[in-house]
Amino acid sequence: MTSDKQRPRRLRSTYSSLTAHGEPWVWLTGGALALAIAMITGLLTFIAVRGASTFWPAPLELLELSDGRRALGEVSEREAARATTEPGNGSRRLVRTANFELTGNHYEWFDDAALARVSLPEWATAVDRLEGGRFHGFFARLRHGETVVAEGPAETWKAFEKEHPLVRQRWRETRRIDKHERGQLQRQLRTARLAVVQAGLDAGSAAATSGSMPAAQAAAAAAEQAVIARVHMQSLALDERTARLRQENEGWGLDVETADGGRKVIPLEEIVRAWQPNRLSIAGKLGVYTGRWGEFLADDPREANSAGGVFPAIWGTVAMTLIMAVLVAPFGVLAALYLREYATPGLVTTAVRIAINNLAGVPSIVYGAFGLGFFCYGLGGGIDELFFRASLVADKQPTFGTGGLLWASRTLWLLTLPVVIVATEEALSSVPNSMREGSYACGAGKWQTIRRIVLPRALPGIMTGLILAMARGAGEVAPLMLVGVKKLALDLPIDGTFPFVHPEREFMHLAYLIYDVGFQSPNSQAAKPMVFTITFLLVTIIALLNVAAIWIRSRLKRRYVAQQF
Amino acid sequence: MTEVPSIMASSMNTRSESKSFRGGAPEAAVTPVPSDRLLAVAAGRDVPSEVHPEVLEAPPVLEIDRFNLWYGSKQALHGITMPIPNNKVTALIGPSGCGKSTLLRSVNRLNDLVQSVRITGDMRLNGDSIYDPRMDVIELRKRMGMVFQKPNPFPMSIYENVVYALRIDGENSRGVLDEVCELSLRGAALWDEVKDRLHDSALGLSGGQQQRLCIARAIAAEPEVLLLDEPCSALDPIATGKVEELIQELRGRYSVLIVTHNMQQASRTSDYTAFMYLGRLIEYGTTTSIFTKPILRETEAYVTGRFG
Repeated sequence: MTSDKQRPRRLRSTYSSLTAHGEPWVWLTGGALALAIAMITGLLTFIAVRGASTFWPAPLELLELSDGRRALGEVSEREAARATTEPGNGSRRLVRTANFELTGNHYEWFDDAALARVSLPEWATAVDRLEGGRFHGFFARLRHGETVVAEGPAETWKAFEKEHPLVRQRWRETRRIDKHERGQLQRQLRTARLAVVQAGLDAGSAAATSGSMPAAQAAAAAAEQAVIARVHMQSLALDERTARLRQENEGWGLDVETADGGRKVIPLEEIVRAWQPNRLSIAGKLGVYTGRWGEFLADDPREANSAGGVFPAIWGTVAMTLIMAVLVAPFGVLAALYLREYATPGLVTTAVRIAINNLAGVPSIVYGAFGLGFFCYGLGGGIDELFFRASLVADKQPTFGTGGLLWASRTLWLLTLPVVIVATEEALSSVPNSMREGSYACGAGKWQTIRRIVLPRALPGIMTGLILAMARGAGEVAPLMLVGVKKLALDLPIDGTFPFVHPEREFMHLAYLIYDVGFQSPNSQAAKPMVFTITFLLVTIIALLNVAAIWIRSRLKRRYVAQQF
Repeated sequence: MTEVPSIMASSMNTRSESKSFRGGAPEAAVTPVPSDRLLAVAAGRDVPSEVHPEVLEAPPVLEIDRFNLWYGSKQALHGITMPIPNNKVTALIGPSGCGKSTLLRSVNRLNDLVQSVRITGDMRLNGDSIYDPRMDVIELRKRMGMVFQKPNPFPMSIYENVVYALRIDGENSRGVLDEVCELSLRGAALWDEVKDRLHDSALGLSGGQQQRLCIARAIAAEPEVLLLDEPCSALDPIATGKVEELIQELRGRYSVLIVTHNMQQASRTSDYTAFMYLGRLIEYGTTTSIFTKPILRETEAYVTGRFG
């Protein structure tokens, strides 16, 4: 009986104390978090799915239209029918028809209503070429000079698979010679020529007093002659090698028929990769997929960056970010140490702190402009005047006085410095004072206390700041456009030629590549999947850098901040 | 959590103190000394300290001489004069805010770290003036060991914690460090518990172990004085018992100055006890006499728990 009386009362009290128990706030805060997580995972999944699927060999559909036209291509987009029944508003598909030089289009929309038949022909082949974009068609025959090596799709494919790697091998060798060995010779010539100019410049001041041609200049001139002679001999040898390779490759050609009967001869040398998606097994598709990823990761870009690889950009991004991190960590930590541990708290420290916080909010393009003015033109110009005058005088070409890896890293260093300082200060202030006092009581000096107690304890927090700084720096584009990132820069800033590190070189950057490929490309439809892939790659690289830093941080944390009691 | 003893003290301001004291006064009216001493102190008047003659007879390790200290414009210590006997345990008792910890931190000049602190008077450690401008503070602190209220092991291994003072002195000889580490840990009655994990993080120890580790760290450099600032206030009764046992063992080998809120602890562990109130030394004598037959009624009231 009593329970009957109590029940409604208890119910009512639970109901009325809903706000008191705070449930709405649990829902509000939890909901906000869930929304944030959903948006982030949504974005990342979208990028990952679109980015990872770019290189999957999609089936080639043969479309036969009611008016007799035929087209062969990958379906890249489908659009459902719209509400109205007017003609042209039915469902339709966007097909990558390729064969730009024959049709004038890379992509074409087809109304489903206009299609008579759609099929997946077994021997349909997609060809990636060095120039001119994708080609879709059927292999007819393989020729070497006037002789026909193979005829018919099956035979031709077999012969192609046999000959193509050899031809590509020779082509790669030719390219290596042209790019590296000839480049090397050019650099030697330039060095010798600049040495003469430098000797002339040195003599210029001396000539005013002595009036005769100094010996140093004559020696440099003689040395240049020797270099010229040697380079001439070597380049003749190179010419001979490349001529032989080219000649071997020259005769190889593929006759290809397009879907609507057009014909085209593609030199075998120009084919990067060919595949027949409609008859590939899953394993075969996977092979093509990984092959294309490999090319993407390890090769130089082609076709205005919209095809080929992004290796120079990966290299540039990672090198720049790491140099920036190496620069920003010590400076930020030292500045924060002074501000937190040594400076007397007061009006000036507060002002400095506010200024640093404000610096973190300055638009990044301002840093770019500052970097261009101060680092490139100011510092770099000064270095050029002092050490690279010859190049300036003879070639009107700056060495350090223009954008480059060093100046880009420096600019981002400035950009990320406030982040690191603020985070480090936060970390330092979270070190319990009792630890400092304990150290002083043991007879430790201020620096000993900082080095042995405060810094190790604050290290995880400092790492957090560095992670934030790296993430911000690696994703920055605007300032980089002013201080050294270029659309195309195949000479890596760190490579095998002496002195191995070339901080003055311009470089490529993934984030800039996204902008360039996505918005500056002549073939934007074809570049779109590339944009997703590059974005995916950039996000992955930043994530990897962060994971590495987080891993280090968690190790440090385990060592220094294990929970007490 | 760390401020357990101050719960009773924080609610206590001058007025309520004196009231409760007056309430207790009739029972304690056997002593001949006037009862308004604490009222006089609260009113800011000078009151002479009652120092028992036995204290003055013992050879001192540390002499505190007319020591005054101000935080900004607020005076926290008023003319403290007291010798600390050599190789004995001396306890400082008194309600919160009476300046016990401040006095302790003045001994190794940790108060130098506070911007607004100003002092007059002096202290002498075995005859050397502590506040002499020529005194090197760092060298001075190496002659003392200090243990704080809350265990504060450093974020490093147990081993490195113990030999920290030697490390910063540039001692790198493995043999010396190993020996000091074992001796200090044995001295702090911790050796058996940690000998197999000397190179694990010190932060993984329990609270009581951490505090004994801090004691081991403090005695590693063979200090002339050991300063303990409420070493048990953050510990549970069992850990407290261990630390008190340890203090018993240290007696005779080290001169210990211990601040405590716990009257039983003072009576159990110390040879001498000083009662402080609002920055002044009220009474100072052997622990037995302070707890059984104090000269002042106020002291008796405090040690029997009638106020504070």
